[in-house]
Amino acid sequence: METTLDLSTLNLAVVLPELTLIVFAILVMAADVFATPKNPAPRQWTPWIALAGVVAAAIVNLSVSGREVTLFQGAAILDKFAVGLNYIILLATGLGILLSVKYIPRINKQVGEYYALTLLTATGMMMMGAALDLITLFLALEIFSLALYILSGLNRTSPRSTEAAIKYFLLGAFSSAFFAYGGALIYAGTGTTQYYGIAQVTAAGLANTPLLYAGIALLVAGFGFKVSLVPFHSWTPDVYQGAPTPVTAFMSVGTKAAAFAAFFRVMLVALPFSYGAWSMPLALLAVITMAVGNFAALQQRSLKRMLAYSSIAHAGYILTALAGGAAEGADAALFYLFTYAFMNIGAFAVVMALEEMGAEDAMQDRAKGLGKTHPIMAFLMAIFMFGLSGMPPLAGFYGKVLLFEAAVAGGMIWLAIAAVAFTAVGAVYYLRVIANMYFADPVDESADEVNRSLPLDVGLAIAVAGTILVGVFPGFWMNAFQQSMALFGG
Amino acid sequence: MVPTFYYLILSAVLFTIGAVGVLTRRSILIIFMCVELMLNSVNLTLVAAARQWGNFNGHIFVFMIMAVAAAEVAVGLAILISHYRLTGSTDVSKIHLLKW
Repeated sequence: METTLDLSTLNLAVVLPELTLIVFAILVMAADVFATPKNPAPRQWTPWIALAGVVAAAIVNLSVSGREVTLFQGAAILDKFAVGLNYIILLATGLGILLSVKYIPRINKQVGEYYALTLLTATGMMMMGAALDLITLFLALEIFSLALYILSGLNRTSPRSTEAAIKYFLLGAFSSAFFAYGGALIYAGTGTTQYYGIAQVTAAGLANTPLLYAGIALLVAGFGFKVSLVPFHSWTPDVYQGAPTPVTAFMSVGTKAAAFAAFFRVMLVALPFSYGAWSMPLALLAVITMAVGNFAALQQRSLKRMLAYSSIAHAGYILTALAGGAAEGADAALFYLFTYAFMNIGAFAVVMALEEMGAEDAMQDRAKGLGKTHPIMAFLMAIFMFGLSGMPPLAGFYGKVLLFEAAVAGGMIWLAIAAVAFTAVGAVYYLRVIANMYFADPVDESADEVNRSLPLDVGLAIAVAGTILVGVFPGFWMNAFQQSMALFGG
Repeated sequence: MVPTFYYLILSAVLFTIGAVGVLTRRSILIIFMCVELMLNSVNLTLVAAARQWGNFNGHIFVFMIMAVAAAEVAVGLAILISHYRLTGSTDVSKIHLLKW
């Protein structure tokens, strides 16, 4: 046991991107304090301060990339995987802020708190990818979850928004108890909470197998809730529908990216020697998730609920790569989540422009005839829908190819075939939106205003550019996410 | 000395009671309390395991869970109050605005 305090292990560069975001979150709150009813200007700066924070964190992230360091006696790590996840989270946060600029002041006057919480959520999400210890992982998970509970209930005048927050909070707290119990049982079974330590103990066959397996099962349930795998998905459509749309857009990508990154790291770094025990259950979960997500999405009248079920289906696709157990799966998942950030936030941005004041939702009927009334919006939505359905040459296609390749690399050919079949089912509801836009007549002529603003247009432009460019030139981005994870003993 | 195994059984029982409570109770406040019971059973597991293995990871984990549980209650009660102001109810069976 080491008794001296070794400061050389306190390498703060590892968490510098996160620290940058925290500093800017404090700046946002400070600016908010100076706003008075007579002088509201500082409050109007908060989105731009937050956006500056995201850009600054991205620059810091670039400057720390290309290294592989651990921190705090192996509680956190900076590797290509963590850096890649940071980019995805920052992208989602930046787009989410652009969507919020005009929307949030309409529903809640406390905009400063909103942007501060958004930045702190992003901090927690980034720590998820860096965690190399179950304690760090649990804390990161709670940091971003607690902030998201508040964000989803931000519209305190809408019973739908507070109801979404209550549902998310109750089920979230319930699932984090499972998550913590899973971590506790793994600790009880192996005697350590560090990923490398767990891998060492299980490799040597010294773990208490029943405790370890029970712990893995509970941990999977906890992750399953966060990434919304069936049967832990019941909160997803309700929260996605009830939460303010910019929050939904941000959290649909951010939560999924962060939780999947941590899921991959736990499974591939800490528990690779229990692969035989968890691969088949995860494969079955992936099949049920893809089935329920795709078939339920077919029946939705609300566009936000349809996108919620589609996000459940996408969780299933990503899980196929994890069930394969190959290290390429982690790279494929990162690349896929990167493309998903553009496509999904773009789709939610269009829904946000379509929704009526105060309704916080848009029905399928709202899209009818959009091709005639608002050709640009319809075109953008069509790109996002094609992208999400996995149509080449858009970004979603290569992501899916990589995911299913990883499943095949792990020897799960049947799983890859099932995933392709469900992708075909998924195409039906994405293409139906496009058909509604171009081949149906507008239902209600009076309600055909579209709420656009300059920040929203910028966000949409970035999203559509990403969806097309990453799809047309995938090589560079695939390299950026290749061989990303620092594996145990690798 | 009481074997560690007994503590693990006790905490599993407590965890199950908490989980069943969350699933069956209708008042949101009682559900909060059941979640707290689940988290405390986790703490018991961690402390028992920490004694078994003779290291401090479990103890530190317990402190973190306590801090998180406190934050969780603060956020949860705030959300509950904002919901109660709009609807005048803390009954989960009356939460059904959002469905298909």
